[in-house]
Amino acid sequence: MRTRRAAVELLGPALLVVAAGIVGALVSQTNQIYFITALISVATVVAIYVFVGNSGVLSFGHISFFAVGVWAAGVLSVPEAEKPATMPYLFDFLSSTTVGNVPSLLIAAAVGGVFAFLVGLPLMRLSGLAAGIATFAVLGITNNILRYYEKIGPGLNTFSSVPETTDLVQATVGAMLVIFAAFAYQRSRLGRQLRAAREDPAAARAVGVSIYRQRLMSFALSGFLAGFAGGLYIHFIPINIDAVYLDLTFITLAMLVIGGTTSLWGAVVGALFVSGLDSVLAEMEDGMTLLGRTIDLPSGSRIVVVSAVMALVLIVRPSGLTGGRELSLPKLRTAVAK
Amino acid sequence: MIASGLTDFVGDALDLQVQIDAIGLGAVIALMAVGIGLVFGVMRLVNFAYGQLIMAGAFALAYASDRDWPVGVGIALCFAVVLLLSLAMERVVFRPLRGQSAAVMLIATFAVAFLLQSIALLWFGPLGKTATSLVRLNRPVEIGGADIRKITIVTIVTAAICLVLLVALLNRTSIGLHMRAAAIDSQTARLLGVRANLVSTVSVLIAGALAAVVAVMLTVQFPTVTPTFALQETILVLAGVVVGGMTRLLSATLGGFFIGYVSGLLGGALPSAQSQYLPSLVFGLVILVLLIRPDGLFTRGRGLVERV
Repeated sequence: MRTRRAAVELLGPALLVVAAGIVGALVSQTNQIYFITALISVATVVAIYVFVGNSGVLSFGHISFFAVGVWAAGVLSVPEAEKPATMPYLFDFLSSTTVGNVPSLLIAAAVGGVFAFLVGLPLMRLSGLAAGIATFAVLGITNNILRYYEKIGPGLNTFSSVPETTDLVQATVGAMLVIFAAFAYQRSRLGRQLRAAREDPAAARAVGVSIYRQRLMSFALSGFLAGFAGGLYIHFIPINIDAVYLDLTFITLAMLVIGGTTSLWGAVVGALFVSGLDSVLAEMEDGMTLLGRTIDLPSGSRIVVVSAVMALVLIVRPSGLTGGRELSLPKLRTAVAK
Repeated sequence: MIASGLTDFVGDALDLQVQIDAIGLGAVIALMAVGIGLVFGVMRLVNFAYGQLIMAGAFALAYASDRDWPVGVGIALCFAVVLLLSLAMERVVFRPLRGQSAAVMLIATFAVAFLLQSIALLWFGPLGKTATSLVRLNRPVEIGGADIRKITIVTIVTAAICLVLLVALLNRTSIGLHMRAAAIDSQTARLLGVRANLVSTVSVLIAGALAAVVAVMLTVQFPTVTPTFALQETILVLAGVVVGGMTRLLSATLGGFFIGYVSGLLGGALPSAQSQYLPSLVFGLVILVLLIRPDGLFTRGRGLVERV
């Protein structure tokens, strides 16, 4: 029974991601972009979920781990010949090193994880609003430094000529890997201790849980996965550093809260739901024919609709679309009841 | 080298002009801190959309100045827009979410903020509009050898008047008493006959009026009104109120003033080569203060923690 429930808990999110991958393979080349974006969003939101969902502490800082992933994978995988043109002030060791697709993803993850660990060392002592603002401050500092320090990157310029190796397959596999990691963590001893601390800090302490240590480990793992997602993203689309700042922080947190903060299923559903809505609206901005009628929204209206829907979902269902619960089959539940 | 840089820095920081500009910025941020702290006290809700109220008010001023309406009409329109938006926000978003977790409420106000910002983007475009009717207040007057812009003085005086009026309202009227009671313990206050809806409406309206005042002050200093108007200030004030301490209105206000003053000082005194790293410096200070005093710089004692 227990293993069956665990299987549903993992297979639900995994099948949803595979389904998104398969549908993405069937649609036209232009529409495929939406599916890849959605899969990378799943990876990002699940990475954030690993900390926020399991610990119950709100973090505005995760996009900074995503951003260092973008930076590490971006700066290292630009071909050596192209570097002087886009990043003329680079340190020697950065301009003379170029790595391939998979190593750059691993480095992005490692950089994200180490950064999160170092930041977490002092910050994981905080909770509540203080933690929220402190993690936000980390985001501000990361953005500020990556933006102006041109010895380590392109500054405000776009990361151009990064090989675009994140196709549908890589995005699907990447999202799956992040989901597996999140699942393994939340069913492990460590994950359960942290969830216990989320529900009742005093009781968790009483049975010997070190809340600080559990939060720190979860934060580092979460930063590792966010860095990996950042690596996936920069190999998909050339962006500049301001594209991974406030807007992305808002949209990823909103995806998590809309899906349901406290479950892996919620993180995946929220990411796919909001990405899907966003893609449909983007198509409508370009003019879309639906049932013989052409819908043509003025450009810029999609973020209006997306944020209105977000506010609405939160008002009607504050615990998110999934209620913050893992997927379980209704049949199984009645069988247990009998 | 470092020593002379430091003396330059201290010299610049003590300069009268830098000091008064820093106090001016501190006064604006303190007013915003009052607006955010008041609503937080009554509803336990951090309103991230506060900056967008100011942005909406600024667009109202720009709209009026586009049509060459008199200054008074422009300011009246600004107040009307901001107060109506505040009321709508309270009824549609804040009230249904009463009692939800802080995270849900914060994300909801995040959504409202983006909604308002994207509507402004759709309506006025990314370049925005200009509000010019009060620009003459930007001219400097010379006081003690320093060129002080008139608006800085107007800002400091207005902020002081607003704060005095607010203190009088909170301490001398019965609705003020109700608000203070609700801020300390809203459950017990309701049991004793404090009307929760009235209290939250009034606090949102006062916060809205303060937002309109800030909108007028900021548009004089920065006449170009874009959809991201006041966003930097909002981030600053949110950090400020938490650094000061959210539990009391006074500590939140002091925190807002403090962070505005410090960032004004650093901005005025840093050499231009380093000034692009000003946000890092301010955020670094915020982290440092939060680590040393997580409950707030200006609070007394420690918050209660349930222990085993």
